[in-house]
Amino acid sequence: MIDEPLFCLSEATGSDVHKKIRAAFEVFDYESNNTVDAREIGTIIYSLGCFPTQADLHDFTAEVEEGHTGYIHLDKFLPVMTKVLLENNMKAITLCFQVLDKEKKGYLEPEDLTKYMTQEGDVFTQEEMDEMLTALVDHEKNLIYYKDLINLLTIDPDM
Amino acid sequence: MGCGVTKSNQFNKHSRKAIRAAVLIQRWYRQYVARTEMRRRYTWHIFQSIEYSGEQAQIKLYNFLGYLMDNFTPSSNERNLISHIFRENEVCQDAEWERYFCYKNIEVPEIYSGPHLTFPLTVEQAVGLVEAFRNKKQLHSRYVLQLLLETWRQLRMLPNISRISTCQSKEITICGDLHGQLEDLLLIFYKNGMPSLEKPYVFNGDFVDRGKDSIEILIILFSFLLVYPSEVHLNRGNHEDHIVNLRYGFTKEVLTKYKMHGKRILKLLQKIFSWLPLATVIDQKVLVLHGGISDITDLSILARLDRHNYVSALRPPKKRHQSSAGASIDSDFDEDVLSTNKLLQRRISLTYPKPLGTRESFQNRSLQDFSNRIKGKAVDEIEIHKRKLAILNMGTNSSEGMTQSVSSESINSDNAKDEWKQILDLLWSDPMIQDGCTPNEVRGGGCYWGPDVTEDFLNRHNLQLIIRSHECKQDGYEFCHNRKVLTLFSASNYYDVGSNRGAYVKLGPDLVPYLVQYQASSMTRELTVKQSVGRTERSALKVLREQLFAHKSDLICAFKKFDSENTGLVSLNNWASAVESVMYLGVPWRMLRGQLVTSKSTDGMIDYLEWFNELAIKGPNTDHIDQSLLETLYRHRSTVETIFRIVDTDNSGFITIEDFRQTWKLLSVYLKMEITDEAISDLAVTIDSNQDGSIDIDEFMEAFRLTDKKSRLERGRSMFMGTVNDLTKLEGDPNI
Repeated sequence: MIDEPLFCLSEATGSDVHKKIRAAFEVFDYESNNTVDAREIGTIIYSLGCFPTQADLHDFTAEVEEGHTGYIHLDKFLPVMTKVLLENNMKAITLCFQVLDKEKKGYLEPEDLTKYMTQEGDVFTQEEMDEMLTALVDHEKNLIYYKDLINLLTIDPDM
Repeated sequence: MGCGVTKSNQFNKHSRKAIRAAVLIQRWYRQYVARTEMRRRYTWHIFQSIEYSGEQAQIKLYNFLGYLMDNFTPSSNERNLISHIFRENEVCQDAEWERYFCYKNIEVPEIYSGPHLTFPLTVEQAVGLVEAFRNKKQLHSRYVLQLLLETWRQLRMLPNISRISTCQSKEITICGDLHGQLEDLLLIFYKNGMPSLEKPYVFNGDFVDRGKDSIEILIILFSFLLVYPSEVHLNRGNHEDHIVNLRYGFTKEVLTKYKMHGKRILKLLQKIFSWLPLATVIDQKVLVLHGGISDITDLSILARLDRHNYVSALRPPKKRHQSSAGASIDSDFDEDVLSTNKLLQRRISLTYPKPLGTRESFQNRSLQDFSNRIKGKAVDEIEIHKRKLAILNMGTNSSEGMTQSVSSESINSDNAKDEWKQILDLLWSDPMIQDGCTPNEVRGGGCYWGPDVTEDFLNRHNLQLIIRSHECKQDGYEFCHNRKVLTLFSASNYYDVGSNRGAYVKLGPDLVPYLVQYQASSMTRELTVKQSVGRTERSALKVLREQLFAHKSDLICAFKKFDSENTGLVSLNNWASAVESVMYLGVPWRMLRGQLVTSKSTDGMIDYLEWFNELAIKGPNTDHIDQSLLETLYRHRSTVETIFRIVDTDNSGFITIEDFRQTWKLLSVYLKMEITDEAISDLAVTIDSNQDGSIDIDEFMEAFRLTDKKSRLERGRSMFMGTVNDLTKLEGDPNI
């Protein structure tokens, strides 16, 4: 599960996301009029690195389709897809936290997160670590409830 | 032989996964931090640009008025309207002033529940004042005048440069700009203790304007000055200046709180401001002054000049028998400054400024030539040609500028001009990263000075550190020039709640600065970083939208250049370029597009006319008023209000219809608007809703939505202010 939305994360800026979506869209825009056949939407979405279920896909299509024309316009697709991609980002992050939460308690202790952040990968400096803890730790319980992070720290699509 | 996954394999698999998870979390978090920081920076930039352009506008206005003053023949009505603000250097005997400021016949009514003062002031009374203001009381005008008179007497005895020492391990506390924010002063006293024999203080200027409790701050500072004259030191700031106060709120605050005696209080304060010392030197090593220095700053000149001659730093001192064509116009100011409304690129100390000419080339530029702005129909009786020649001659020889006057005073005049420049630089300058020294055209006065100038200055005067204020800093302080210059700012939440911390510095005998930061208002502690940035950002965006609306005509012109086929649409890139070419704010427009243009874009194109409908400012009575007039008014609303307040000579808040008409003529010239007399009359009739022949200034500003009711003055509740049951504020008390 963790591998799927990996590259969604690598370029999470709003304009980059838009560029990617447009690029994928254009491939199927045969008449160069910013519309694609609704049946191709699944392919487009998969190519963007998302793997919705059939039911999700069905719902998504219904949301963005132009009435019952069987066509989808970029104007509707872009904002909705952007949101999905960015939400995937957050979901991916939550998954990452879940991986670190070995016992699946639903939270992490600050010490555990500190250990990972300051010892693995691109290590954090002490200052970065302190800052992160201030932002993420629930001050009353002194724990990191990572599932709540989606609301706290989402990246703005318009940025 | 094992089949399946062993425990250690499982463990390894988890480890690898965990490491990858950690990496992703790190990357995501750093992106989030970077983006938040970026938002914070441009929000800051927006506020600061607009703040400084306001200062620049004030100076421009003042110069313009000065020019008018010097070129109207005495009988002109317009001249009378504005002449009284230039009467600062009236020569009167002190005895006459004492009579004018006499407080003795002001009675204090029995119902007054504020503090009573007796002189000489004691420390208990000073502390009592702090308490009273914390409880939202107001000091009666009788005591205010009395206090100010004593302060005036005290200040006259002080030298231009106070020299103090940290002898016997006394730590000196230095505070920066307070700008009428009483909560911050109270917070400083709470954290650090009040001034006393063991606790000397230096307050580094800008006590007033913008915040809502400027007069209370002055009263507190002056009281402690009287009680501890050797331990409390005040430096003058660029806002200790009645011209600046007209625009930035202090004048209005005093007139509102002291309806009957406000005018006298303001007049006395004018004198007091001019008598405030200019700088403080600690242990002969640390210089404390408000703005900064320039390449010509000389402490010995500053020490010996007559500081009280400079009532406003914006105007050089007038000599008694000078011809009016002389000496009142500064040839150093950029000549082009009035003719466009560009907001000049803010030279922030951490970014790369545009290259400018050398200092010499600025000095030799000819004066701002206002004559082409004054059309015959707007202003009568101006002998322009005669004066123009005289002025242009003056301009090209700036050092001889004063010699038009009586020759016996020509030497003094030269010195006066040098001295004046010393003071201007001291009060208005800002440090910059590059070497050199260039005029500070963003603010309109003083210089930008570089690290080489600092080095040279410190060496020449045998000093080791400059502590200055004048610029808002996010952390309340900032070092620059190799830690030889410290900027100190003590008004927290200056731009909006959560925008910045305040700081004060403590200096012991070792002269190593020890900084203490704080932030008034408990509300800010509860906001997360994101929320606090978000809030400030929303304010900044609101301000930005208003600015955009105010420049609608120019923007539409710019858009049309990209839209040759007149489709009404421009691409995002072109939109951003056009906007920057008009606004000159250096703000990341593309990034902000989503928040500034909420109408849907088709194919990434923006419908710019539709956009302006979004932004439009609508007032109740404005539908029949010409849109371009409204736009111009809105852009210059601060200037409009300032001019009204100048014209309102008795400070009543009302001006007559006739004065209103005259004011419009002035404005139309200054703002280069075409307004017919008929349009003005219509305007007057609309505003004078009760037809009594007078116009309420505040109502006028409100009618055009020219004031922002939800101003920056609203702050969160300070953590130790009085309870809601406090009902002792004397608002509306006619006796005050």
